[in-house]
Amino acid sequence: MSTVSTVTPRTRRGTELVLLIFAIAIVLVAYANVGIAIKNRLPADIVPMGVGFTVLVLAFHLVLRWRAPYADPVLLPIATLLNGLGLVMIHRLDLANGDTLGQGAAVRQLMWSALSIVVAAVLLIVIKDHRRLRRYTFTFALGGLVLLLLPLLPFIGRSVLGSRIWIGIGGFSFQPSEISKILVVIFFASYLVQTRDALSLVGRRILGFPLPRARDMGPIMIAWLASLAVLVFESDLGTSLLFFGIFVAMLYVATERRSWIAIGLILFLAGSYIAYLLFAHFQERVTLWINPFHPGMSDQIALGLMGMANGGLFGTGLGQGHPELTYFANSDFIIPSFGEELGLVGLTAIILLYVLLVERGLRAGLAARDGFGKLLATGLGFSIALQVFVVIGGVTRVIPLTGLTTPFMSAGGSSLLANWVIIALLLRVSDQARQPTIEQSGPTLGTDDTQVVKTR
Amino acid sequence: MSELTITAIRLGLLVLLWAFIFSIVGVLRGDIYGSRVVTRSRDGRSTRTEAPKRPPRAVRKGPTHLAVVDGSMRGITVPLAESGVLIGRNPECTLVLSDDFASGRHARVYRDGDGWFVDDLGSTNGTFVGNQRVGEHLPLTEGAHIRIGRTVLEVRK
Repeated sequence: MSTVSTVTPRTRRGTELVLLIFAIAIVLVAYANVGIAIKNRLPADIVPMGVGFTVLVLAFHLVLRWRAPYADPVLLPIATLLNGLGLVMIHRLDLANGDTLGQGAAVRQLMWSALSIVVAAVLLIVIKDHRRLRRYTFTFALGGLVLLLLPLLPFIGRSVLGSRIWIGIGGFSFQPSEISKILVVIFFASYLVQTRDALSLVGRRILGFPLPRARDMGPIMIAWLASLAVLVFESDLGTSLLFFGIFVAMLYVATERRSWIAIGLILFLAGSYIAYLLFAHFQERVTLWINPFHPGMSDQIALGLMGMANGGLFGTGLGQGHPELTYFANSDFIIPSFGEELGLVGLTAIILLYVLLVERGLRAGLAARDGFGKLLATGLGFSIALQVFVVIGGVTRVIPLTGLTTPFMSAGGSSLLANWVIIALLLRVSDQARQPTIEQSGPTLGTDDTQVVKTR
Repeated sequence: MSELTITAIRLGLLVLLWAFIFSIVGVLRGDIYGSRVVTRSRDGRSTRTEAPKRPPRAVRKGPTHLAVVDGSMRGITVPLAESGVLIGRNPECTLVLSDDFASGRHARVYRDGDGWFVDDLGSTNGTFVGNQRVGEHLPLTEGAHIRIGRTVLEVRK
């Protein structure tokens, strides 16, 4: 294992502040653009909105200066920009549907953004060292599994459009698998740090292909069964794919053995094929993937594709296209909405923002000094990458459409909350990774008490 | 407002988005230029051993190495340098032990005249050669086992 570090450790908080102001400025320009294009004047509340958003994000920036001064400087600006652009698009779709700011989805999303940013800041204050999370390895595993299977419970589980992935308490609904994802990544990271030697070294070769021992296969079989249970009982291919993909990727990173990827892919393909044979719901998705214009079926993908075609290279401009014609234009199909209004050029920029976000996550993993931090950051970064791939792949017909949220952009509180928590954890790991080493080792190494041998 | 203003804002937004991306990429240049890669040894700890100086001919008749034969650092050898070998958990030691039962400065192996000797430096759990607890100036023969905490060192030629 090797560690990559920057020669001169700098906090770079100033850079972060500049980028943050830049990001907020872009969001405000986008907001102004929507107002001018639809109502022909600047939105009346641009000043209070701008000030509120700025205060919130700058407060987070100050928390970083206080608690994680060496954290990565670009994570926060990218997350802010993506979240802000998502808000603008949701607001723009509200306007197209005839809702004012008060009654649409945008104001809920705004409240969730504020809540998520506050939660992320509190997490950064509470968790001073990510390694403390290792104390609760199996608590996280249990919590993750319970949250994942919670929607199956009779009273609080909700079935929305064939997928049973929601829980509702009173008028309040939540998608627990989003939080479960983070807990499971923490568990995998902690578990794999302990067991990776057994997983990577022990085993025999079959047909020149290194296979681990049967007992080491136990956890991957459990993960496979759990993700299959999600697929079968909650009919949610996206979440299933996400969980299993994260597990296989983290196993590969921990053990450096390609056989895990092959085993994982074979298991997943087998599971998907069985599901395809069993569920009509799933067959419909595959049919629409191969032929989106199939008569008599949902035209959602087709509408998204036509919207993006309408956008062309430079887009129609915010507020000037018709993304509202697609169903779920502000959640699952927010990417085609952006594709239509910002065009290929804008959509590429958004995808690049995700790429940079993931790159910073993996980079934090590369620079982390402890195995747990490495696996944690890699797992979190990879989970964003896989989720973006599944969502964008789904709406652009690379893979069958599955219902996953676009990180930071889709309307939906649970997803937003989970993604800000991911950002908080990545900031924490990167802060540990980029701190100068002298503070950590040096005087503390070897100064703790010698253990005394008891002779009696 | 006029069509022109809207077009200008719409294209301006795209330009701003890309400017943002390029400024981030500019910040990240530091990753590529000016980083260093430290490859760690297998147990994740960088064990620094002094550059093996060629000992003078006279000394090479006696024992030349200390080898760790038991304990978590088994397999590591340290040359017996003319200046002596300091063993313990402190990073300043010649042989840094990762052994909870060793003291910070545990023992010293040094040369006196023709032979090699070992001193216990007031360690908590003591130093043993065979079954004998080491005080000061205990002579070492080739093949002797020095036990420090859970670590056993062998004097080798």
